[in-house]
Amino acid sequence: MVADETRNLRASLRRAERRRTLRGLGLTLPLILFTLVFFIVPIAGMLVKSVQNGPMPDILPQTSALLQPWRASAERGVPDEAVFAAFAGELRTASQERTLPELATRLNFENAGYRSLLMATARRLPEAPTGTWRETLTGINPQWGEVAIWAALGRASTRVTDNYLLAALDHRRDDNDRIQATDPSRAVYVASLLRTLEISGIVTLLCLLLAYPLAYRLATLPESTANLLMILVLLPFWTSLLVRTASWLVILQREGPLNDALRWLGLISQPLELVFNRPGVIIAMTHVLLPFMVLPIYSVMKGIPPNYMRAATSLGAPFFTAFRRVYFPLSLPGVTAGCLLVFILAIGYYITPLLIGGANDQMVSSLISFLALQTLNWGLAAALGTVLLVITVALYFVYSRVVGTDGVKLG
Amino acid sequence: MTATNDAFVTFEKVRKTYDGRALVVSDLDLAIAKGEFLTMLGPSGSGKTTCLMMLAGFEHPTSGRITLGGRPIDGVPPHRRDIGVVFQNYALFPHMTVLENVAFPLSVRQVSSAEAGERARAALGMVHLQHLAERRPGQLSGGQQQRVALARALVFEPKLVLMDEPLGALDKQLREHMQYEIKHLHERLGVTIVYVTHDQGEALTMSDRVAVFNEGKIQQLSTPRELYERPQNAFVASFIGENNAVRGTLKSVGAGACEVEIPGGMLRCVPIGAGGVGSGKLVSIRPERVHIVEDGASFGNVMPARIEEVIYHGDHLRLRLSTMGMGDFIAKVPNARGNQRFVEGGELRIGCDPADCLALDVPTNG
Repeated sequence: MVADETRNLRASLRRAERRRTLRGLGLTLPLILFTLVFFIVPIAGMLVKSVQNGPMPDILPQTSALLQPWRASAERGVPDEAVFAAFAGELRTASQERTLPELATRLNFENAGYRSLLMATARRLPEAPTGTWRETLTGINPQWGEVAIWAALGRASTRVTDNYLLAALDHRRDDNDRIQATDPSRAVYVASLLRTLEISGIVTLLCLLLAYPLAYRLATLPESTANLLMILVLLPFWTSLLVRTASWLVILQREGPLNDALRWLGLISQPLELVFNRPGVIIAMTHVLLPFMVLPIYSVMKGIPPNYMRAATSLGAPFFTAFRRVYFPLSLPGVTAGCLLVFILAIGYYITPLLIGGANDQMVSSLISFLALQTLNWGLAAALGTVLLVITVALYFVYSRVVGTDGVKLG
Repeated sequence: MTATNDAFVTFEKVRKTYDGRALVVSDLDLAIAKGEFLTMLGPSGSGKTTCLMMLAGFEHPTSGRITLGGRPIDGVPPHRRDIGVVFQNYALFPHMTVLENVAFPLSVRQVSSAEAGERARAALGMVHLQHLAERRPGQLSGGQQQRVALARALVFEPKLVLMDEPLGALDKQLREHMQYEIKHLHERLGVTIVYVTHDQGEALTMSDRVAVFNEGKIQQLSTPRELYERPQNAFVASFIGENNAVRGTLKSVGAGACEVEIPGGMLRCVPIGAGGVGSGKLVSIRPERVHIVEDGASFGNVMPARIEEVIYHGDHLRLRLSTMGMGDFIAKVPNARGNQRFVEGGELRIGCDPADCLALDVPTNG
């Protein structure tokens, strides 16, 4: 009896709640779908792309399969005749089905010059071997007798690869598939990542130093004055990023107003070099990102009742002690949020360093764009993006572990 | 007790204005004795909280002087005044445990952490919260938070404790309970307490003396009993407790007695205030001092009245009467067995003792 009644009660509660749940879902569904389609899916796509190996297993299925035991062997020579035969057969098929250029592009990432080797070989490939297929192919081009060429083919023969991720970290697999550091003259990615982290770190720190006192002042001022000042903080938001960056270019240049003013004040005799170098990038990025630091800190500070400071003072704490022990810890969630926000935005910055920075101030995002748009190496571009993502997520976890996750409040 | 020379806290001609025009506190003089429980009572905006904040050091008098223990404190920053403050909504630090909160005043005074912990625990024991020492303030109920705030304000043994509407956020029952608790702490510790509230019940039950504030001035400063039974002016009479204010004109004044002409008769009253014969008076009569005249009883003043409304209050009945030119004269009669006979429209006679009729001056601003 009682159990029945409870069940009935639950059922009617569910019915009553269902309408509300549906309405709530209806309101949030567009955003959920939008996030899913334009955020989650592209990121997942990028993650997949960074380990996706390319078309070889589909275009040369038999060769790919035959290459696996060869790759597993400890002592690698040139593969045996069966591999050569399968390769020659599938090369001809691919040539007829016009899938060869796709394969050539992929193999060219492994070894510059692979494209012409492959295309030339396919053109001159006879119907039947003269002697063995190995002799035939090495006859067409002696490179087919080299382990390196086959090792490159082997690296492309799987569906999943760590090549791009290794490359993004300035490492590669050698002809025996052992991981090795890239030749220092070609190692650019780690340096670029470190530079990105360094610039982002400095910008975050500068933003924090500028924003914290400002937010404190805003939070303690009367509402009307605070609103006026807040407009000044938000003003940059209402201007295009490009315009702001361009105006920094004007302000900071050798003959620009800043150098003129400093010289007029007698602070410097020679104009400072502030554009096309690191200081310029940092100044402009700090300016652009400052509101993202001010707003979360301000919103957290606004929620700290003024009575807390008064209470601390009345209990015997001088202003700075009260601030350090009561106000600052309570404002930390805002600091955390602001730092995360600015750092994450800075890591992906692209336009400002491109316009104001020199060759040595380019961030990893400009490399990504170069790889994706100029060399069409989507795998490597995606791998760099993945590394960036992993670093960001790792930093978030370290940071929230240090500062405490419960306090992170974005806005 | 009120003599200025042995006063612990004094306000001398203190004025405070925020905008340079309106005085929030005007020419305030007040002396508080050591160990006294003084309550500042008044409606919001009457200047009582401003006085408290000036004492704590968060506001500064525009002119005049405040002394503490005989020394002026205007130049002393709040953190060196050694005054414990209990704030409205408690202001407990949410990122510290209860124990850390209570130990805070000690740790900023460089007391060793072992001793600070010990004294903080003792202070928590005093408010019966030792078992919650490791909790965060957010996990406590309002009453518990209130007691933590109390322990924190007392732990460093301040000479003076200020309380700004400390019970305002609690429900009625808890508020009454906390009133007793604060009162007993005061008796046990002998600390001087200045208490701000707009709740007259709180003021009357807890205080040694009450200062009634209105418009930046102290309207009356006296013991709770005197405040209720001998209000000095119409504001105090109407602000403290329930009050019937009957308008009339002073006809004659004798020694401690006077006659006031009211619509439909003459009332014998106690004269209070400066108004002479012929001036307007407000006669204050408390509803519980109004009696229903039975046969054989005799009162100094007897008036006819008509019952407009009977309001049932459980332990007593309130009668809304038409009498002495008023349509809303309230009489409070005990809910005794015989008193069921009151019905709307009924005629009766009410009586009251001349000592319970106070002829007060009509306030100048109406």
